[in-house]
Amino acid sequence: MLRFLARRIGYLALMLGGLVLVTFVISNVTPADPAALAAGPDATPAMVATMRQEYGLDRPLPEQFARYVGDLLQGRLGRSIQTGNAVTEDLLRYVPASLQLVLLAMGFACAVGIPLGVLSAVRRHSLFDHAVRVLAVSGVALPAFWIALLLQLVLAVWAGWLPTGGQLSIAADPPPVLTGMVLLDSLLAGQWGTAGDAAAHAVLPAFVLSLPCLASVLRVNRAEMIEVLGSDHVTAARAHGVAPRRVVGLLALKNAMLPTLAIIGLRFGWMLGSTVLVETVFDWPGLGLYAVNAAIAADFKPVMGVTLTIGLLFMLANLLVDLAYGWLDPRTRGA
Amino acid sequence: MSDAALPALSRRARFRAEHAGTLRGARFFVWTFSRSPSALLGLALVLAFLLLAAIGPWIVPYPEDARGAVNLGRRLLPPSAAHWFGTDEMGNDILTRVVVGTRTSFWIGLTITGLAALVGVPLGVAAGYFGGRIRTAIMRVTDVFLAVPGLVLALAIVASLGPGILHGVLALTLVWWPGYVRLIEAKALTLRGESYVEAARTMGASHGWILARHILPNCVSPIVVKASMDMGMAILAAASLGFIGLGAKSPAPEWGAMISVGRGYMPDWWWYPAAPGLFIFLTVLGFNLFGDGLRDTLDPRSNRG
Repeated sequence: MLRFLARRIGYLALMLGGLVLVTFVISNVTPADPAALAAGPDATPAMVATMRQEYGLDRPLPEQFARYVGDLLQGRLGRSIQTGNAVTEDLLRYVPASLQLVLLAMGFACAVGIPLGVLSAVRRHSLFDHAVRVLAVSGVALPAFWIALLLQLVLAVWAGWLPTGGQLSIAADPPPVLTGMVLLDSLLAGQWGTAGDAAAHAVLPAFVLSLPCLASVLRVNRAEMIEVLGSDHVTAARAHGVAPRRVVGLLALKNAMLPTLAIIGLRFGWMLGSTVLVETVFDWPGLGLYAVNAAIAADFKPVMGVTLTIGLLFMLANLLVDLAYGWLDPRTRGA
Repeated sequence: MSDAALPALSRRARFRAEHAGTLRGARFFVWTFSRSPSALLGLALVLAFLLLAAIGPWIVPYPEDARGAVNLGRRLLPPSAAHWFGTDEMGNDILTRVVVGTRTSFWIGLTITGLAALVGVPLGVAAGYFGGRIRTAIMRVTDVFLAVPGLVLALAIVASLGPGILHGVLALTLVWWPGYVRLIEAKALTLRGESYVEAARTMGASHGWILARHILPNCVSPIVVKASMDMGMAILAAASLGFIGLGAKSPAPEWGAMISVGRGYMPDWWWYPAAPGLFIFLTVLGFNLFGDGLRDTLDPRSNRG
């Protein structure tokens, strides 16, 4: 297991290095001149030249890359033109907000997707099964930003049941920052009113974010359950008179969980990517909104920072899934 | 059947006799596909989409609105008999613009999917069939691209290149090809070990011959299935970029950009973003169901996720 872990971490480092190279290439193909951008619109050519020298943009590319890597290793991601802060500083504030949203969405997707998958596998070809499948395909096909707008319109603007956007009401008393996740922080601080407010704000964005994940979890779980329920050991257990509830719950579901786990890991990354859309609609102060605002303003450093951060989070999630896999199913350790 | 008997048959009968196996396969394919209601629904939606893309500009009620005319007298009208989905802030008929947008989406989907397959399939075949260092190199690069959610990487690329529909398509193509490498590499790897490939190799067949006769033909089914699903997903991704404001720009009739502009007129003119979103949903749903149906008939063993 230790060797397996070491190999996985080595691989992660390699991938991260590759990603750093990719972001470096992307930042260097830009037709806009970063020095001119940083110097501002009124800069004279001489000022731009000074800026270029200061940023080391006049050096050969390999040297620039070495500098870039060196900066990254020290946690320096540059400065955002828009917010005026160091990108690292901004990221530390926005990562927990997005992570809270993604984790809530993931929890919801599992809590709903797994039971629905099991039930539709048990009642295969029933009306319920067909209804669930329609739901599953729609979950992937619905444009997240569009369904977000519609839900916002109906549930928040018209019905007034939920807030339209943001992370907390202006009137709410923000909790002391521990994890940076507002909901968790207010629970930890025992501020129940704030926690309720934070939860109400998170409902719509988390729900919209969870739809594709829910659909995938449901589909994979259903397919796996059908396969496991048809296998020999389940038939044998049934023949021995094991109660149907135990057969489904213990024998089958346990075996069907492995592929479900894999799809959850994969979807985690997708959800991090979808924050770009969902946070834009709900004005949620997270990574996605930060990246979009920066991208529109041609503020490259934050965009690259977000790309690297989301890539790193995704790789870590995949590492966790791999480890869980290796732990649950020793046969996969060699792969 | 002997050659002497053949001239006696009509041309049609001879064709049937010579291609009996293929025809039987095709009949079986049609039969399985048509047994699935969801696959048929997908097919209907895809055909409707293709039809609109083909003849849309000629059947819309206000053709001049497609390019962005200015009719301030009838701006932001609610849905009515004259304007089924209402009008936008320039007084253009939303139905017209959404239908004409079908063609834009069709080209976007086709370009991204086609280019991604064109780049990804040869790389996947090379990695899976030749193995060794070639495979390691190709798969490592592929893994790096798959390590970031596609939308985020595309956003970073568009941010650098500057907003616009062409840059959006280019960025999405750049993040789309690794999926094909993964798929085809796995397929080619299994095929390489098949006994008929071994047999061909021992008989002295060249790599080119084996690739053309054994490997590629067997990769067609998974490619077709993935491509049909990707048509929908690529259209959705391009619309997402348009919505963020980095893809197509108004007044180009593109669904995502229309929703992006329409969002500014919510909640008072709520019908504005409704129609383009509905069209995206039905298109993506159609291609997904169609792809699902294809997979169930062409590639029944890989029914996953």
